[in-house]
Formats: sequence, structure tokens, C-alpha cells
Amino acid sequence: MIDIQHISKKYKGADNFSVTNLDLSISEKEIFGLLGPNGAGKTTLISILCSLIKPTSGTFSIAGLTYQKNKNQLKQIIGIVPQEYALYPSLTAFENLKYFGSMYGLKGKNLNTKINSALEHLGLLAFAHKKIDTFSGGMKRRINLIGSVLHNPKVLFLDEPTVGVDVQSKNVIIAFLQDLNKNGTTIIYTSHHLNEAETFCTRVAIIDHGKLVVKGKPQELITQHPGANNLEDVFINITGKALRDHA
Amino acid sequence: MHKLWASTYKEFLLLTRDIGGIAILFVMPLVLIITITLIQDSTFKSVTDSQIPILVVDNDQGNVSEIILNGLSESGSFQVITESEETTARDLVFKGKYQLAIIIPENLSSSLSKKVTQNVDGIIAKFGLEEPNETQEIGKIKSKQVILYFDPATQLTFKSSVKNGIDKMISKIETQSIYKAFQEQISDDPNDVIFETDTFITFKEVLPTDEDKEMIPNSVQHNVPAWTLFAIFFIIVPLSINIVKEKSQGTFVRLRTNPVSYATVLGGKTIIYLVVCLIQFVLMLLIGIYVFPAIGLPTLDVSGRIPLLFVVATFAGLAAIGLGLLLGTIAKTQEQSAPFGATFVVILAALGGVWVPVFVMPKVMQTLSHISPMNWGLNAFYDVFLRNGSFIDILPEISLLLLFFIATTLIAIIYNEKKNAV
Repeated sequence: MIDIQHISKKYKGADNFSVTNLDLSISEKEIFGLLGPNGAGKTTLISILCSLIKPTSGTFSIAGLTYQKNKNQLKQIIGIVPQEYALYPSLTAFENLKYFGSMYGLKGKNLNTKINSALEHLGLLAFAHKKIDTFSGGMKRRINLIGSVLHNPKVLFLDEPTVGVDVQSKNVIIAFLQDLNKNGTTIIYTSHHLNEAETFCTRVAIIDHGKLVVKGKPQELITQHPGANNLEDVFINITGKALRDHA
Repeated sequence: MHKLWASTYKEFLLLTRDIGGIAILFVMPLVLIITITLIQDSTFKSVTDSQIPILVVDNDQGNVSEIILNGLSESGSFQVITESEETTARDLVFKGKYQLAIIIPENLSSSLSKKVTQNVDGIIAKFGLEEPNETQEIGKIKSKQVILYFDPATQLTFKSSVKNGIDKMISKIETQSIYKAFQEQISDDPNDVIFETDTFITFKEVLPTDEDKEMIPNSVQHNVPAWTLFAIFFIIVPLSINIVKEKSQGTFVRLRTNPVSYATVLGGKTIIYLVVCLIQFVLMLLIGIYVFPAIGLPTLDVSGRIPLLFVVATFAGLAAIGLGLLLGTIAKTQEQSAPFGATFVVILAALGGVWVPVFVMPKVMQTLSHISPMNWGLNAFYDVFLRNGSFIDILPEISLLLLFFIATTLIAIIYNEKKNAV
């Protein structure tokens, strides 16, 4: 489904590469977790795959399509849930979703039905006509998610979709994503919640300093690392305990 | 098309949800146009209609100074206040208490009379009509000087207008004195009129006509187009902020991953902000037609010109929007776009001839003014408002405005593509 070959990225003025010569293949209908400490290169990699930034070198394709040759087709089959709330605060939830749905060519009754169904699924139908700036962080995260899946994307990229939300919101979001996956959507997501990734992902990759360090099924990785009881132990084992603050 | 409509509707919602923003967008241009027109109209009146207090020191106390004083009073422009000391008058003017002091020199009347009589006698003697008499033996009479003191803060236009007026008055007194001297020399009967002293050459200003009706320009006909255009161009500030906001709140990132072109996104903004420009324009016309007469200003005359005025407003609005789209695309923060936008509009207005007419600018600035879209818009408005122009007359200007919109929008799209190329 996603085939990444020798992708590298160095930002202008940066001393080091954010992503270095990364190779990765993700199969159809996988829930793939990109894990790593702050500044490891997760968001950079997702941004490259979503056409938000240009790689310094390397190539990739999604469902056999590339941005160079099939830009519009590719954009039509992917969805991205950005880390920040990409919503218009002064518009209602319904108005935001209607606008973003329209950008995928959806319209009329079909679009309204999809919006209402997703809002109901994520427990937000009662707030459909309230302005976004009155919503809590968890509610905004859920609307942010709906805005990216109305067109039933084949591949969904999520950049820390559960950051800063309460347990209830997190559970609803995870359940919603699992439903999407059951219906055929391949999910690639980044997170710092390793327990969540352990149960949610079919496969994970740990990235550090822009390099792919390890990949595999969560349980396999736990087994491969002696003394590790969970994915967090594996993560600490691989990336160390040192702080990763950087500017 | 559906995506363009959706983008337009979204822009409409964003605009209408910001009531404070809408109020500023529509009310401030109206406040601007009323304030500026009132100020400009009163400045205009200060030279023509209303009376300005001035000081006069009459050291002559003769018939010439009497004519000057009467002339100043009868002009209706000045309230003449007599002062006895030149130094006091000068100090009062230089301190800004009065704008002008006129010092009439001692013996002006008698010296002028002697000088004129001397000249006339000389001429008559040359013709052999009379024997040279004593007056010719007086010798050269020293010329006299009327001294003017102006408040240093007085504007140059006012100074030159006053100087021209006084110069004209003195010339008239001299001419009439010459006529009088000739009359006295040729005829002994003071009632015998030999010379007509009325002005022989007069001038008449011929104004453009519309259906045989003379179009008399007034301060409103001049000010409304200029300041309307200024207000229309200010749309670049909220428009560029709108685009920068999209970037900062993350919606632009989402749109970049959506299958929608940047041109479509900008198209939605163009449609809504053009409507805003046209509403602003209508409100400003309504102010000119209904509010100005109520506050003592001349009425804005738009009879028979409304369709052409809308054509100019539409193209001027498009040019302003193009600039706003480009600025919003390039700027990274509101701190960059808002001050730059506001300052740039003022520069364009100055270059375009909104503050000072283009023909009085230095050559370099005149050349630069030709590349200001505000100059094109202003000329098109003047063509319609003041020169009774037709669509053909405004075609060059509106074509330039359209080209400017196309060019700026294309640059914005190309810049965005280059910056976000994958």
C-alpha cells in the first residue's frame, strides 16, 4: 500500500537530517504506529507522505500513485488528521465539516448524512450546530478527525490524534479508528502513548534521530527484548532515558 | 465549481461571524470619507467662503490704503483688523495668532500719485501737448513696498493665493491712477469720462456639459472618488489577515492535503471581498447623496453615471483584492501583513494622486504614479465623475486594473506552488 524508499529530509539551516535514508513498507488495512521521542522525525515523515513537505531525497508511493504524477488522485484517497486543530473557530462543527467534505467533491444529502453519522458515532451530534470555539480540546480532536474521513480515505494519516484528550474521548477516537480500519482504511499514526499503540497497532516502527531503529508487531518486539514487559520498556530500551529537548 | 461555491460560502460565514470586523470594514471607510470631505471642504472654504482674520498696519492713511482696505473687506475672504505697530503685527503673526499681516508703507498714496503724474506728464510732453513742468524736475521717486508677514505654518497654497490677490489689487490701483492722471491732464471737467476703467479682457471658464447641463465640480465630486478608492484599497488589510489566519490556525495545512487548488481557495475569497468592496462603494455613494447635504456639504451628483461608477469600483476592487491575496500569501504573520498592507495603501494613495495632484509632483514621482493602481482607478473615477467620460474613456484604466488583479493573483498562486512544491 505504502512503499517508502531511501527517504531523507534536511530542513533549510538545520545541522542534521530529520529523516535519514528511511525504507518502509506498509500493507493495506494495517494500523501502523510510528513511534519515537520528540524530534525523532515522525511528524516530518508523515508530512512528507501527505505532500506537505518535500523530501530532500528518496521516493515513495501510496497505492501505486505518486505526487509527481497523480497529485489529485492521491489527495483524493488519503486523509490527514493534523496534530493541531485545523478548524475554523467561528464556524459550527457542521459548517466546518460541510466545507472540508465539499473540498473532496462531496455534496448535498450524501454529505449531510456522512457528517451526521460521524458526529453521532463520535458522540457530537448534539453539538453539531455549536461553534468550534466553544468546544473542549477532546471535542475539537474528534471534529478534527471527522473532517479527514468524510471521503472514506484508503489511507489515513494521524499525527498524535489523542494528545491532550481525556480517557473517554481517547476511547471513542480509538474505537472509531478501529471501525474505519475494519471497513478497509489503512491507518498510519504517530503517538507518544505507547500503551495505546501496543493495543491499537498491528505493527509499529520506532524511529530515533531520523532513522528507523526497529519495526514489527508490538508483541514480537516485547518478546525480542529481554526484560521488557510492554512496548514502553522496549521503547526506553532502544531510545534511552535521556531527555530529548531541542530547539 | 462546487468547490468554489463552498469556498465562497465559507468566506461569507467567516465574515458574517465577525460582527466587529464587519462594522470596522463598513463603518470606518464611511467615517473616513465624511471626515476627510468635511476637512477638505472647510479648507477650500477658508480660501473662498469663510473669513480669515488678518492684521493690517496702515502707515499710509491715504486713498490707496483706503482702496486696499476696502478691497480686502469686500473680497469677503478676510476680516480686517487694524494694528498700529508693525512689530506688534509681525510678532502676532509669527506666533501663529494670525495667518497674515499686511504693512502698507508711509506716503504710499502721495508717492504713487506723484510717480503717476510724473510719468503722465512726461508722456504728454513727448507728444508736445504740454510744456515740461515742475513735476518732471522732482527726479526719481523711490518705489514703495507693501510688506506681508505670514504665519510660518501657513500652507503654500494659501500664501500664493493671498499674494496673487494683493498683487492684482495693487496693479488695479496703479492702472486706475494712471487713467485718472491722464484724465486730469487732458480734460478740466472731472465728469468728462475719457477712459473706461472697466476691465476690457475678461475670462470665462467653460465646464463640461451633460445633456446641455453644465457640470460644476465641487469638493465632494473630487473627494468622494479619491477617498472611496482609498477605502476600497484598504480591503487588502483584512483580506491578507484572513489568509495569514488560515495558515496560523492550521486550516491551510488541511486544505493543502485536500484535492482543491489554491486558485479555488483564493477564488472564494475574491468573490466575497469583491462584494464587500461594492457594498462599501454603495454606502459611500449613499453618504455622498444623502448625508453630505444634511451636514452642509454639496450633494454628490451621480445622475446618469451609476453603471460606469460600478464598473470602475468593480475593477478597482479586483485590483485591491489581487494585492491582498498576494500579500496574504507571502506574509507569514499578521504582524507582517497588517502594518505592511496599511502603509502600502497609503503609499499607493500618495503615488496615485489622492493626497496631492499628480501634475504638481516631481517628474520621478509622476512617472511612478503611472504604475500605481490607485492612479488608474482615480483617473477612471474622475473620467466618470468630472469629465463626463464614457465606457471607452475608462477602458484603458479598467484594463490596467484587471491586468493588475490577474498578475498579482497569478504571482500569489505561483509563489504558493513553488513554496509548497512536492
